Amino acid sequence: MTGVVSAQDVGDVSSNLRFNQDIRPILADKCFQCHGPDAAARQAELRLDDRKDATADRDGNAAIVAGQASLSGVMARILTHDPDTKMPPAATGKSLSEREIALLQAWIDQGAAYQEHWSFLPITDVVPPVLKPQWNRYVRNPIDQFIFERLQVANLSPSVAADAHTLLRRMSLDLVGFLPAPEVVDSFTTQYEMHAENAVERFAQDLLNSPHHGERWGRYWLDQARYADSHGYTIDGDRVMWPYRDWVIRAINDDMPFDRFTIEQLAGDLLRDPSKLQLVATGFHRNTLINQEGGTDNEQFRNEEVVDRVNTTGAVWLGLTLGCAQCHSHKFDPISQKEFYQLFAFFNHTVDVNNVGPTVEVREGELLQDGRDADLQAKLAAALSAVADLEMAKSQRQAEWERTIHGAGKNQPATVWKTLVPCRLRAAGSAELRTLEDQSILAGQGAPMETYTVTFTPTDIPVAALRLRVLPHESLPKNGPGRASNGNFVLSRLEVLSGGKAVPISYVQSDHAQPGHPVTNIINGSPKNGWAINIGKGSRAGVKMNASHEAHLVFPEPLASNTEPLTIVLRHEVNANYNVGHFAVDVSSTVPASVLHEELLAALSVPAENQTAEHKKLIAAEFAAVDVQQQLAESRVIELRKKLGLGVSVKSMIMRELDKPRETYIHIRGDFLRQDKETGLLQPDVPAVLPSLSGNSRSRLDLARWIVSKENPLTARVTVNRVWMRYFGRGLVETENDFGTQGSHPTHPELLDWLANEFMASGWSMKHLHKLIVTSATYRQASIRRPELDAADPRNLLLGRQNRLRVDAEIIRDIGLSASGLLSPKIGGPSVRPPQPEGVYAFTQTKKSWTTDAGDNRFRRALYIHFYRSAPYPMLTTFDAPDFQSVCTGRPRSNTPLQSLTMANDKAFFEMAQGLSARLLHVVGGTGRADSENRIREAFRICYSRVPTAVESELVLEFQQHQVSRFRTDPQSAMDVAPRDYPDSYSVDVAASWTAVARALMNADEFVTRE
Amino acid sequence: MNIERDHTRRHFFRDCSVGVGAMALANLLAEDGAAINASNIAAPQQCHFPAKAKRVIYLFMAGGPSQLELFEQKPQLQKMSGEVAPDSFFDKEKSFAFIKKGATLLGAERRFWRHGQCGMEVSELLPHLGTVADDICMVRGMVTDVFNHGPAKLFMNSGFQTPGRPSMGAWVTYGLGSESRNQPGFVVLQSGPRGPRAGNALWASGFLPTTFQGVPFRGTGDAILNLNSPAGFSSDQQRDFFDLVGNLNQQRLDLTGDPEIATRMRAYEMAYRMQTSAPELMDIQSEPRHILDLYGAEPGNNSYANNCLLARRLIERGVRFVQLYHTDWDDHGNPGQNIGSALDKRCGEVDRPSAALIKDLKQRGLLEDTIVIWGGEFGRTPMGEVRKSLPGRDHHIDAFTMWVAGGGFKPGYSYGRTDDFGFGVVDEKVHVHDFHATLLNQLGFDHEQLTFRFQGREYRLTDVHGRVVDEILT
Repeated sequence: MTGVVSAQDVGDVSSNLRFNQDIRPILADKCFQCHGPDAAARQAELRLDDRKDATADRDGNAAIVAGQASLSGVMARILTHDPDTKMPPAATGKSLSEREIALLQAWIDQGAAYQEHWSFLPITDVVPPVLKPQWNRYVRNPIDQFIFERLQVANLSPSVAADAHTLLRRMSLDLVGFLPAPEVVDSFTTQYEMHAENAVERFAQDLLNSPHHGERWGRYWLDQARYADSHGYTIDGDRVMWPYRDWVIRAINDDMPFDRFTIEQLAGDLLRDPSKLQLVATGFHRNTLINQEGGTDNEQFRNEEVVDRVNTTGAVWLGLTLGCAQCHSHKFDPISQKEFYQLFAFFNHTVDVNNVGPTVEVREGELLQDGRDADLQAKLAAALSAVADLEMAKSQRQAEWERTIHGAGKNQPATVWKTLVPCRLRAAGSAELRTLEDQSILAGQGAPMETYTVTFTPTDIPVAALRLRVLPHESLPKNGPGRASNGNFVLSRLEVLSGGKAVPISYVQSDHAQPGHPVTNIINGSPKNGWAINIGKGSRAGVKMNASHEAHLVFPEPLASNTEPLTIVLRHEVNANYNVGHFAVDVSSTVPASVLHEELLAALSVPAENQTAEHKKLIAAEFAAVDVQQQLAESRVIELRKKLGLGVSVKSMIMRELDKPRETYIHIRGDFLRQDKETGLLQPDVPAVLPSLSGNSRSRLDLARWIVSKENPLTARVTVNRVWMRYFGRGLVETENDFGTQGSHPTHPELLDWLANEFMASGWSMKHLHKLIVTSATYRQASIRRPELDAADPRNLLLGRQNRLRVDAEIIRDIGLSASGLLSPKIGGPSVRPPQPEGVYAFTQTKKSWTTDAGDNRFRRALYIHFYRSAPYPMLTTFDAPDFQSVCTGRPRSNTPLQSLTMANDKAFFEMAQGLSARLLHVVGGTGRADSENRIREAFRICYSRVPTAVESELVLEFQQHQVSRFRTDPQSAMDVAPRDYPDSYSVDVAASWTAVARALMNADEFVTRE
Repeated sequence: MNIERDHTRRHFFRDCSVGVGAMALANLLAEDGAAINASNIAAPQQCHFPAKAKRVIYLFMAGGPSQLELFEQKPQLQKMSGEVAPDSFFDKEKSFAFIKKGATLLGAERRFWRHGQCGMEVSELLPHLGTVADDICMVRGMVTDVFNHGPAKLFMNSGFQTPGRPSMGAWVTYGLGSESRNQPGFVVLQSGPRGPRAGNALWASGFLPTTFQGVPFRGTGDAILNLNSPAGFSSDQQRDFFDLVGNLNQQRLDLTGDPEIATRMRAYEMAYRMQTSAPELMDIQSEPRHILDLYGAEPGNNSYANNCLLARRLIERGVRFVQLYHTDWDDHGNPGQNIGSALDKRCGEVDRPSAALIKDLKQRGLLEDTIVIWGGEFGRTPMGEVRKSLPGRDHHIDAFTMWVAGGGFKPGYSYGRTDDFGFGVVDEKVHVHDFHATLLNQLGFDHEQLTFRFQGREYRLTDVHGRVVDEILT
């Protein structure tokens, strides 16, 4: 049977039978296994899938005699009572129903006309059917004409349009995957009442323009791409693939035409001068598993990867199950084993061999740049070229620096330091600065980030260098020298003024600096880093933090300070309360000897040609630390990158073709070690049942172009069908992953073809397709059950109403986050680790590192959750997310107690309930009954986009009051449950009771359902 | 075309997709919990013939235990120990993970004893197993296709070496449903130094509905993820919560008429029952002393012994398929993984509890219709592998041993004969697919008929292979 509807259509067996709808399914299910395309399995040399063969003369008989069922061999064998000859044989476990037999009989009598399988036939030009006039007022676009025509024939009526709030929530969940904010519900409802069409149209466009649309629909595509953040199998190590995810999000947001979208993913690397984006796109087929286990045969797993690439390509674009043909010719579909390996040959030449293989470097955020910041981009380019120029001249600068050190270090009398006498002391904040007997300066508690300005009495010596000594003092924490609780400080800038003018500084050195806080920071001009003195990894042995330390500043020309007074400015701009506490300033007429440690001095004393690699490394590292020019240029790059949202750089896996292609043979029974040399070397080609490849070239790019050629009858049909499936819970072809002969026949074949044509004619625009569907009256119907409709069309195949759908795993988290107000809207970038239950890794080979994110990353959308194939984030798989071991074109929707436990008890959801509770307490104040009712009303508006009924409001209020009394008896529990941040005006038990309410509302069926 | 049938089946799932199959629905419908004939219910899969067994406990020895140290005495191998292995052992292009041509033979330095009336030969490492020799069926001619752990474990569990297919436990639960009102149909337990390689995919439901996936129970802490209410909610409050959610759902059901809401209401009720019943289930302290001693179980530990006892408690409560993973048997010759002291230790962990499980099931009359399986993903080579001066063996796929007890398998019976080196099977070979076919047979299913349509094809546990090994059945 072809399903309820179709079966009803052919209720009268004597009417004209259509081979594809009525007969092929019977033959495919009951006969083709032994009398179909697979020559190896074929019995009695008879094939029933081919009219010529089926009607061929066999010693005066024929299996099928067109027009005469009574003379046809098949009917005799079907109708016989002899168990030995009866078809189908009992051993197959298959039998024909009375109805099926009647259909076959009638079809043969009518002439046994064959049709090629519907999905392999060209897409037809269809004109939307004309409806009876009274139906036209329901029609919003041609989709409705196709849907209503069938309802009209079945004597059924469509459902009323859904309420404005239901429609809004539906569109919002479908197009971006968030709950609409209550204010949006209000404004939409008002607009809808004024002009429904405009409101729907505008809202649909707004949602399609949202950058979150790419996340919502990108998720579906990532399912098909089997995207994950680990390699799979045994070791299941981390992999970097998120740039590919960014690419998908961006391509969807840009409404990249689906043909280009296809070509770039399958063969972006083979385009002329591929851009970085096009290379990242080829990550699609790098999402295959990699087996990192010791002792694996890489060639075996490379073959597994290629097989997966063929199967995935077949499933995603052609809607065909090619996998069977890996081991034998397909029993039902006309795809031979040879053809499978001819497709295999397209993918058999990439460089990767069960390993990371070729990659492209991508910086976080890079792929999401939208060109709006052209000015910043230009600045970044300039800054990068400045860095490159400096890099080029680095050896020259380093040589100069080395000379200064040599000059400074050799044959010089010890530096004589003369302490300067402060004459004017000023703190920008409230710090008291006091000169002590030894002319040192002690600072009291001041502003968290102080600036000290000290002017000194003139001296009589030329000043070649200045020394800042930071000194311990008993009044300081841990004796100082700094005012931080551990005695540390962070000095971000030290400026020297002579006669009020800033003095250039040629270099700076210190006896000690905290790792990561070199003294050069004080003269690099940046307020974001500084000099500090804590001890850390890399500090020299024996050095102490709470002791006196010194920094030397060397000037290019000695300063004449006898006339011009010297002023120094100490700025603390990095950490609050990290001010210097006690210091003194000295000057010298000579350049001080290097305070560089002995190891380095020793290295420098070795003539360049004799320096070892170790020496060179040491010297280069030291120079890098003092190379202020370079540091400044680099910090400029960092700053610009930050402004542009650019983060860390990673290597994303891509496809690359070998110079010399591999040979491809049939693998006997799918075993890669058994090559079928008899059939011989195979050339890449496409299955014969589909239009042939034009031209002689046979690359992956040619395959990709063929897939999206307008002559290919499958790609557009398969694609629009899947989009349709997401909106209605079922495709027009129910077996969305099987457009082959075993798949189901479309419920609305004309609509399918019309949509496919419309899709291609729009320039393969996905957004056009989305808009068409969501603005149709068909989509906008109410989903409420109607008994008369259920009776006539129990599976709602005719779409006389919408279907209620539980939203996908990721969307459950996303709407929880949007209800809670905690959601981080950040798009793209590396994967994140929100809280997950304890014990996830009790069952994995290696404990995965799962350091739960703090801050915004804790509240990112679910598609960013780091996905380990061997131990997925439990909530996702509990709600039917696939494990991404292989292509997933459509997810099942289960409804299990584990889901209930997750929603009820999971830590991540509990945090969301607390978030929603805090949100409610902030938005609606007061503790009276009316306040509580208003708060419940607001909660319903947030969670369900509607106001509660009186009964619902009463149920929740009663529960809330009961919870208050329960929490009142147990303050500790109330503290655990209450949100972390709620207005002081509430008692903790009241605050806790609203978390309980939020939790319950988020657990109701309506919350996770798209109505 | 099977839309009609698919429809009925999906409808069925929807109507009772609370982690249970036909039997549980029967129980749910019968308020007093009285047994209802399953055939009254439109079960998705009717048994193809009367079942010998109703449930399975699968003791999975992850890593591949050495049949040569445990079950297979090979005097010839001992005699030629140290000699270079015959070239013919390396005829296949690639069949070992690590060792190469030129590897030397290694005899087992273990004594073997005959046990029971049947005189079954078992090594000194498994003295307790010897005491139940007359209850078990030793399958000495096992072969598999893959020699890497992850793929081999997947193969043993799902009949395919790539992930993404339903595991055996999922197939069985899909076929039989669950008898439990309060627990999932398929439960997974874990002990040993780490989890099994390939993780989740080993007990996944693949393309079967997730209802049938294995649910990991932890021996310590919360048995199931998210089993405990968030901190601060008392059990009374949890009940309040479930009541409010139920009431809100009822309101919605009345308005929309969508039966899916009723399913969710049942799922929430079962979740509540799981929450309330799990502590009792996991509390092995309530077992009498002599039972704890029989297993060597110590409450509070996460041990194989405790898991064996838990397995019995789970099947007593209607769980259909319990799988225990115990690691690590990957004895290449590393510290902690060798056929010397490491193997002694591993055997010490599993021997008593495995035998105790057989005895305990038997004394309760449960062994008759419960299948107990013991074995790893493959065996180990007769050639030695020396790493870090400890004795070890490489992975071996062409001959290894498993044992089965109960459920209509011949007790006190050995099947399969290997050559003098234990390298290949000479007679009575049992391939993994055959093993699967036989198992399903005992559960009342023809392995060729227990299918699920996915992507245009009827899939089965045995793919296109498998033979029921009648010789080992009573």
